[in-house]
Amino acid sequence: MAKLKLAVYWTAACGGCDVAILDMNERIMAVGDACDIVLWPLAADGKYHHVEGMPDHSIDVCLFHGAIRNSENLAMARLLREKSNILVSFGSCASLGGIPGLANFYSREEIFRRAYMESESTVNREGVFPQQSVAVPEGELTLPEFFDTVYTLAQVVPVDYFIPGCPPTTDQIWTAVQAVVSGNLPPRKTVIAGRKSLCDECPRVKEEKKIQSFKRPFEVMVDPAKCLIEQGIVCCGPATRGGCGARCTKANMPCRGCFGPPDQIADQGAKLVGALASIIDSQDPQELRKISHLLADPAGIFYRFSLADSLLKHKRKEVC
Amino acid sequence: MTGRFEPNIVGILCNWCSYTGADLAGVARIKYPANIKIVRVMCTGRVDPAFVLKAFKEGADGVLVSGCHPGSCHYVDGNIKMMRREPLLSAMLEQLGIEGTRFKLVWVSASEGERFAKIVAEMTEEIRRLGPLTIKEGEQVG
Ligand code: FES
Repeated sequence: MAKLKLAVYWTAACGGCDVAILDMNERIMAVGDACDIVLWPLAADGKYHHVEGMPDHSIDVCLFHGAIRNSENLAMARLLREKSNILVSFGSCASLGGIPGLANFYSREEIFRRAYMESESTVNREGVFPQQSVAVPEGELTLPEFFDTVYTLAQVVPVDYFIPGCPPTTDQIWTAVQAVVSGNLPPRKTVIAGRKSLCDECPRVKEEKKIQSFKRPFEVMVDPAKCLIEQGIVCCGPATRGGCGARCTKANMPCRGCFGPPDQIADQGAKLVGALASIIDSQDPQELRKISHLLADPAGIFYRFSLADSLLKHKRKEVC
Repeated sequence: MTGRFEPNIVGILCNWCSYTGADLAGVARIKYPANIKIVRVMCTGRVDPAFVLKAFKEGADGVLVSGCHPGSCHYVDGNIKMMRREPLLSAMLEQLGIEGTRFKLVWVSASEGERFAKIVAEMTEEIRRLGPLTIKEGEQVG
């Protein structure tokens, strides 16, 4: 059998997804046996013009990780869509916006001001900001356009499969590899992860849910057997897709929500408001307000990975 | 467009108290602004915070959730569940740029037609002062 042509590409991401692929240890050999890597900036070579020169649909599988933050990301997403038979939205950034998607709480102007004027390590007396193009004696230099909004991959091009996770687990990656190699593909748009919420696979004992306050993990001696929410710890499990093997909660850490919401939940943040607030043990509006305010950054916690893919997608902005 | 801004308010009312209260306002011919579009649910306990987000996303300038007074919910404590969600939901909405004035949770009994009319009139005025809620769609990248 001819080897499959595999591309791995990153946009707005940290590179952890690349490492997750390498983390398959010796199983990566099987990938090497089955695939020719035609593009993988982190681990192999490959330039824009190589990809541009490939015939359409000549890449069998492209694992695309990273959110769409700027015009270069967008151009690569479009290019790789054209060149790939199967485009996989790989990891939380591509699938949900991920951590880069949290920038949707701010506008481009706010981000630039913070990064190039106000940050503690910045001295910028002339108020220089990056420009998209600048004329120098040698000619014109250009930079990609920094978008006002962070997008998920599926918001800009059609995607065939999703593998969420920050980063995806090696088991998920292996499932995907085997499916591709065997040609036994699941229906398009399948999310390669669990179907139900994390709570469903979390081994902790769940009893009656009633909480008096919200706590951070370091403020409690965590009972290793009991549901974290019942201990007052904010855990995103109720509104997060399982399939990760509950690795965080097994290690006494609450779920941070990196798999995004399961199919039947429209909005992870809204669902978490419902799940966590409804169990506060009080009927007094004053006290409820006080307890709720113990959570300093509810939107940031509840949408940590999924803001760009949520109902509202970003902080409200005036029409300009 | 000319004339003053007419806010679009989505009212989510429980079947047993507030919807009947709103009905009473109608039967008693009490005038209140036509800015409110009412959706009936069985109980405020059924109001998933996603309903509120969805209303804003679809163009509401304000969302009013109204249920039975605490202690008189037809399902015992559905309204208490909504009462618990309200502060956290409001905080999250603020972070998403949606002001507190635009989302309200109130209690209106079946006999409080007058009170319902007053709440709607006040909320309409407040939101009129605030202006429309515009949610920008970002660059055309799709
Ligand atoms: S029935 Fe009215 S709030 Fe529950």
